[in-house]
Amino acid sequence: MMDFWIILTAVLVAGACSILGCFLILRRMALVGDAISHAVLPGIAIAFLMSGTRDSMWMLLGATAFGLLTVFLIQTLQTAGLQSDASIGIVFTALFAVGVLLISLNAQHIDLDLDCVLFGEIAYVPWDTWTLGGTDMGPRAVWMLGITVTVILLLLGLFYKQFKLCAFDPAMAAACGIPVLLFHYLLMGMVSMTAVSSFESVGAILVVGMLIIPAATAYLLTDRLGVMIGLSVAVGVVSAVAGYLASYLLDASIAGCIVSVAGILFILSLLLSPKHGLIAKASRRRSAAGVL
Amino acid sequence: MSEETNKLKHRTAAKEAAAAPLAVSNITVAYQRKAVVEDVSFALPEGKLVALIGPNGAGKSTLLKAILGLIPSISGQVAIYGDTYKKMRSRVGYVPQRESVDWDFPTDALDVVMMGRYGHLGWIKRPGRREKELAMATLEKVGMADFARRQISQLSGGQQQRVFLARALAQEADLYFMDEPFAGVDAATEKAIIALLGELRREGKTVLVVHHDLSTVEEYFDHVLLLNKRLVAAGPVAETFTPDKLHETYGGKLAIVGQDGREALVVK
Repeated sequence: MMDFWIILTAVLVAGACSILGCFLILRRMALVGDAISHAVLPGIAIAFLMSGTRDSMWMLLGATAFGLLTVFLIQTLQTAGLQSDASIGIVFTALFAVGVLLISLNAQHIDLDLDCVLFGEIAYVPWDTWTLGGTDMGPRAVWMLGITVTVILLLLGLFYKQFKLCAFDPAMAAACGIPVLLFHYLLMGMVSMTAVSSFESVGAILVVGMLIIPAATAYLLTDRLGVMIGLSVAVGVVSAVAGYLASYLLDASIAGCIVSVAGILFILSLLLSPKHGLIAKASRRRSAAGVL
Repeated sequence: MSEETNKLKHRTAAKEAAAAPLAVSNITVAYQRKAVVEDVSFALPEGKLVALIGPNGAGKSTLLKAILGLIPSISGQVAIYGDTYKKMRSRVGYVPQRESVDWDFPTDALDVVMMGRYGHLGWIKRPGRREKELAMATLEKVGMADFARRQISQLSGGQQQRVFLARALAQEADLYFMDEPFAGVDAATEKAIIALLGELRREGKTVLVVHHDLSTVEEYFDHVLLLNKRLVAAGPVAETFTPDKLHETYGGKLAIVGQDGREALVVK
């Protein structure tokens, strides 16, 4: 049963991250995903201090608010004339530092371990259960991730065409009357929710890997957005399951193994992809040279 | 003439002017306090092909984007068929500059053209068979039907431009805005665009085109707007596209040279 909960958690993390990751890399916002996943930390700490519990709803709300604040601050700095990479670097490190400060200052009251924040501890997930009216409802992380994945599927299912057009051609989307800014913040809100519900399992650093690597792998393999999202989820889920098995065999960090497997899959598709793969490109170049 | 009829006449004229496909009054756009488009007013006549020309940095694209509400203007008003752009959006088609999007996006030509229908579909409805058929028909019109399922990065620049035009046609609009559709396209595409513009004119549509090539203005367009931050002149090509007014628009950057007994305009 323990294994089941851990694998389910990993699969949910992978699912949520790999869907959103597609939109992040297509909008060239991979770094913003990175920023959000770190900057939600003060939100988590504040929610914890205010509510005094690890109640999931508070954390989701607090962290999502900070995620959106991050995006807003990055945009404000950019409009003020700062380069976009500098804006991202300033905002997320500063917010992350505030989070680290809050946690270390209140170490006695917060049972949040900084190592756990950075690297996650998915193995503890099954023990941290949610009790409702005295009934054990199962692991808290699974509930949080379940809510997150549901929200993502619902919003993307309903507004797929808007998210797609905003990613491909925001000017056209705006001219068509699609509220581009609203969909931008909806996407960022979902990334924030994902970051906060994943970070306890895989940590603030590895969640970025789950956001970007499966989506980038899928991007190399297809020319259709729908297929790309499906492949991305497949890569994420395979990484989660295979990574867990590998960690069991190697007796190593679960999250580390999961992201390593994703990395290996990426390298394989980089080499072997029929269209964008390095090997295919090299052989095309050779046959082109042969024709000449 | 009594004062009454005078008033009436005035009101009808105002109403007619207001119902023009596009009426822009006193629009000013500024980037960080520096005006890039200043106090521009004009109205487009219905069923005409109109070129918007001016030197680099004259604010042509900016004016277009401000009209479409893509960038904020600090003052001025835009009326489309006598109403706000928000209400008349479904009657407007837009072709952005080709460079404005990432052509490596995982999608094909047909799918991009279907995006032209998104505005008509409302919040929830997804594109279906009707949208697909319409998209195919417009691809046919620009000579791109054979490339419907081609990944967009594998199209040439001219083909990509035609996909963008097909997408605008799929919007089934009455007033079209095109931002430099002729920029960097091959001869076949240029021909396809000209044929298309002709067809739009026959259907009574109004088209405003940001244009660069002065040598083709007289051949392709009915009306012209000369812009250099301010509107220098606007009107039918025969009256407005004159050496004097062009000099006023382009300043010293323009030379008129005789060539085979014909005059040619060269932007230095």
